[in-house]
Amino acid sequence: MTKPLGFEKPLGMRDYLPDLLWKQRQIEEKLHRCMLHWGYQEILTPTLEYYDTVGEASATHDSKLFKLLDKQGRTLVLRPDVTAPIARVASSLLKDEPRPLRLMYNTNVFRAQEKEAGRNAEFTQAGVELIGDPSVEADAEVIALAVACLKEAGLEEFKIAIGHVGFIEGLLEEVVPEKSDRDQLKERLHNSDYVGFRQDIEALNISEDEKQRLRGILKLRGGATRLEDAEALTINGRARRAVRNLKELWAALQAYDVTDYVMFDLNLLSSLNYYTGILFEGYAANQGFPICGGGRYDDLFKQFGMDNPSTGFAIKMDRLIQSSDLQPTQEKKTIYIRFDQETRNLALKRAMLLRKEAIVVTGIGEPSQAFDQIIDFRGGHEDV
Amino acid sequence: MSKLTVAMPKGRIFEEAVELLRKAGLDIPPEFEDSRRLIIPVDEIGMDFILAKPTDVPTYVEYGVADIGVVGKDVLLEEERDVYELLDLKISYCRLSVAGLANWQPTDSPRVATKYPKVASKYFREKGAQVEVIKLNGSIELAPMIGLADRIVDIVSTGRTLKENGLVELEEIMPITSRLIANRVSYRMKSEAIDYVVEKFASVIPS
Repeated sequence: MTKPLGFEKPLGMRDYLPDLLWKQRQIEEKLHRCMLHWGYQEILTPTLEYYDTVGEASATHDSKLFKLLDKQGRTLVLRPDVTAPIARVASSLLKDEPRPLRLMYNTNVFRAQEKEAGRNAEFTQAGVELIGDPSVEADAEVIALAVACLKEAGLEEFKIAIGHVGFIEGLLEEVVPEKSDRDQLKERLHNSDYVGFRQDIEALNISEDEKQRLRGILKLRGGATRLEDAEALTINGRARRAVRNLKELWAALQAYDVTDYVMFDLNLLSSLNYYTGILFEGYAANQGFPICGGGRYDDLFKQFGMDNPSTGFAIKMDRLIQSSDLQPTQEKKTIYIRFDQETRNLALKRAMLLRKEAIVVTGIGEPSQAFDQIIDFRGGHEDV
Repeated sequence: MSKLTVAMPKGRIFEEAVELLRKAGLDIPPEFEDSRRLIIPVDEIGMDFILAKPTDVPTYVEYGVADIGVVGKDVLLEEERDVYELLDLKISYCRLSVAGLANWQPTDSPRVATKYPKVASKYFREKGAQVEVIKLNGSIELAPMIGLADRIVDIVSTGRTLKENGLVELEEIMPITSRLIANRVSYRMKSEAIDYVVEKFASVIPS
């Protein structure tokens, strides 16, 4: 192991320099205001949590958790997502608050990375949780809010793809008798391996008609008409209920007037396995990785001893900032006040006054950057 | 339709994939293959081709600098990138195999040389064998001949290279063909253009 050089950082850790951070702060403020106006209240949870509580409940893979030991030897984790800590708070400190509970957050999360650049190990997530509302109206609200946030953040071209865990699982239960076969097919979709999915279907001992239905799953990507195709593949039960659920969602999203930003993809399975119903992922043009993700998680609270069907989303701030066309604005006038020993009192007083309206830097030397105005107090008289 | 950026490996896979696209009726100019450029725009079909090293194709696609790509299943398995595997193009047939010297006998400390350390480790592990895997970047056949390893894991198409170096194929791990892959975001943002390419390819893939 070589000793790190002075400028090196641990893998996946980033510095945020002024220009970038300025843009991020402006976008964060817009998101904050947007969520606030939809009735969400901000919450902040600790950076460190117990492995046995939040670490367990989090869907982040064990190998991606940053772990450390406290003085008693208990394992701690650096918060790998925000949903699990919020579930912990909502089912303890906030357990008597009336439901539904609308909470939002904007904070950093930690996931250890093995591969190269482009994947941060510490990144900011902004998101919401709508807790204790099982209705499709809640799903629609959260998706519409995600669209509102992305628009607010200056994204022009983006899409939210919506899927449903119950559809894939229900249809597989209808058609494939063996659980091990179903798990394998799900694993294929999970890994985006459509070739393997089709190969596995061929090998199954089911009728050609049923194989045709399974192959049909791969075509269920596009507008609302795909829901009709999806319904035609189902007979009854869970998968059909899922399609009905999505149709109700679509109707609600039409009322929110966000359907231009929405498409269906019934093959969508998240890497987070706590989703239980509608789930979604957001994509921006010219950004190779998803920009946000979310969905319904009705079982997570059970790990904290409560029954609270919930839904929510998280936006990945670093990717949003890369994709946002928003130009950071500097609205305030900048002034440099130069003084000497004799004029210091006068100059610093003036600076305090001017700071109510402008950005004011004071100093005895040449200004080190460009200013809109320079006021020179030296020599006892004000030289503008 | 949106413009697509297509990553392809230079060489045999590229030639066979272009031939497939031509067969599917896409208007690709004939001087195309001779080019030494790394980025070749083909405005006739609204595509830019990036010519890359095979192992880099899934990387370009995962990061989204290429929307789609064509690459061997061997590379996909080794690279483990988060990309959509849309179609088996059934071109560039070969197989991933274990090979050794003709008189190979099991040893106490087995060593396997390969360009595919992840695939090789997984294969032997699932068979319940612990082997030491040595990563090489080329001329893998050398390893058993000069005593670096007792076996190799490599791509075999005709078996001629093995034979000429006194090696024999001991086990086939799996058959390999080239696959059409897509970036997670492009697959949704450029769904129309990608579906078009998928249909075109699908119409000419030998079944």
